[in-house]
Amino acid sequence: MTGVAGTIEAEKSRDIRKRWLLSLPALLIILIAATGPLLIVLVYSFLTPGPYGDVQWLPSPDGWISVVMEKDIFDGTFSLADAHVSIFIRSVVLSLATTVLTLLVGFPTAYFIATRPEKTRELWLFLITIPFWTNLLIRTFAILEIIRNEGLINGLMLKFGLISKPVQMLFTDGAILTGMAYVYLPLMVLPLYASMEKLDFRLVEAGYDLYATPFKVLRKIIIPLVKPGVVAGSILVFIPALGAYVTPSILGGGKNLMLGNLIELQFGQGRNWPLGSALSITLMLIVMVALLVYVRNAGSQGSRHG
Amino acid sequence: MKRTTAIMAATAALLASTGLARAEGELNIYNWGNYTSPEMIKKFEDAYKVKVTITDYDSNDTALAKVRQGGSGFDMVVPSQNYLPIWISEGLLLETDPGKMENFKNVAKEWVNPEFDPGRKYTVPWAMGTVGTVVNTDVYKGDINTWDIIFKTPDELKGKVNVVPEMTDVIDAAVLYSGGTKCTGDLAILKKVRDTLVAAKPNWVAMEYGTIEKMGSGDFSASSDWNGSAFRQRLKNPAIKYGYPKEGFVNWSDNLAVLKDAKNVENAKLFQNFMMDPQNAGMNSGFHRYANGIAGSDEFMPADMKGAPEIEVPAEFAALGVPSQTCPPEVQELYTKIWTELQK
Repeated sequence: MTGVAGTIEAEKSRDIRKRWLLSLPALLIILIAATGPLLIVLVYSFLTPGPYGDVQWLPSPDGWISVVMEKDIFDGTFSLADAHVSIFIRSVVLSLATTVLTLLVGFPTAYFIATRPEKTRELWLFLITIPFWTNLLIRTFAILEIIRNEGLINGLMLKFGLISKPVQMLFTDGAILTGMAYVYLPLMVLPLYASMEKLDFRLVEAGYDLYATPFKVLRKIIIPLVKPGVVAGSILVFIPALGAYVTPSILGGGKNLMLGNLIELQFGQGRNWPLGSALSITLMLIVMVALLVYVRNAGSQGSRHG
Repeated sequence: MKRTTAIMAATAALLASTGLARAEGELNIYNWGNYTSPEMIKKFEDAYKVKVTITDYDSNDTALAKVRQGGSGFDMVVPSQNYLPIWISEGLLLETDPGKMENFKNVAKEWVNPEFDPGRKYTVPWAMGTVGTVVNTDVYKGDINTWDIIFKTPDELKGKVNVVPEMTDVIDAAVLYSGGTKCTGDLAILKKVRDTLVAAKPNWVAMEYGTIEKMGSGDFSASSDWNGSAFRQRLKNPAIKYGYPKEGFVNWSDNLAVLKDAKNVENAKLFQNFMMDPQNAGMNSGFHRYANGIAGSDEFMPADMKGAPEIEVPAEFAALGVPSQTCPPEVQELYTKIWTELQK
């Protein structure tokens, strides 16, 4: 090893050490603020529930078992916890539906904004962010006011004689879907716009010049090019929707639970913290798997185009 | 320049006023939603220069779970009598000895020495009433004095019934409906209770606390409910009537207590004493529309409360009421399991 090379090596390792030291505060915060509580949740999921909530320090697999199995209170037989399974399925289906709905509404919106003259785009974007100024709770109650039995929609339909008695919209899965789509729409529009803004519209024109139909242009040119935006938007909508709590609890009436409500129930009235912890971790695992599948798919497609 | 001065003056005034409020103290009350007269709170704030903050809960279990975790920051809570022994045995309440307070002389005889708080060591009466049904009689014309409304919902009410998610109320109702007695540990009865509840649930539209608003607005056409809440619904819509179920119903009371980890103990004690003054208790009843257990408070209540069918149990139903009480832990555990199964 010559002198010069040695100094470079030393320089390099010092540089690396410095980088680690610089990122140490952030790493520590992540470790303490994210990993720590998660570990507590993990430990709790293997303990015994206390009589009025809390946990007793007795190891037990019951929390995890009751995620998928349930023991009959009276005859002690085990069966599939169909209540949990149906809540899981409802959560996933509603979240997927929310994602699709926001995509269907958000895509044209983002396209519209991206095709405005540069000067006015900011105004349109600004309009998209306005809902964020209002608290989530208030926005959800606004939806409630619109769809309730004596609300705006039923009131107008009754007035014009379209229906003879109010249609039950509140406290249905449809109400939860509408609420979530409304609440999460900006999260879809913004990443979509970000990638559409970079779209080279000369390619679109070229497509038309070559006699492509508008649908073909959309499918062959626009969608492949804005795919990163679609992926980012879908992730941003799907994940919070899966764990949504406020919207299903207000618009679902406390009867049509989603995962977030089921978890909350275990820490409150259910007095079963271990089950609540096990459910939380299950939710996290579902999110992680969904993310991995999504990112992997998006990644491989991206490289194919590259 | 002038504007800056004005802003500065305003800021200073604001700082001064909040500083003043701080200096005199605060009181954080954790109570059932829509259950505290704002007018009465204002009176207390003005009299003692205390800033009162009220936080809502919607069930005894929610309140117990939250306070038990510690660090809630609340000074006072209003548990139902059947939960009080749990609050006391879990060491969550402070022994403030209201029985020795100045205004205790006003407490009505039957509430001076209750079973759930012997000698009134912890609590003062807040309100008392019954658990029954409310029905919009424009929608359903049949008999409303039965738990059939909830557990064997008539066709007109299917998909329009709400159930207030208070565990013991719902299970007690189902126990009485299934021919059991309160706090029964009879597994045959409890199995029937579970099956009744699970079978009834598809006919319900929601399990929510906020019935006053949603019955009034027509989102619900019937609900399990408390009498004072029913009274307020009738004031909004005269067609809404309160039913005393013939299968039996529970008499309850809610009582104001101070938390052991309260930061404003002196203010909390002042408030306990304040609540035993007939004028204040009457003012509160005028808001929540329940009886309050303070003798002489009637004359401070609105005139329409006298003889109201929700407050004075009609003679034909009076014998059907059973007192709310704490069930043995092993029975309570079964109740919790049935409740969780129902909630899923």
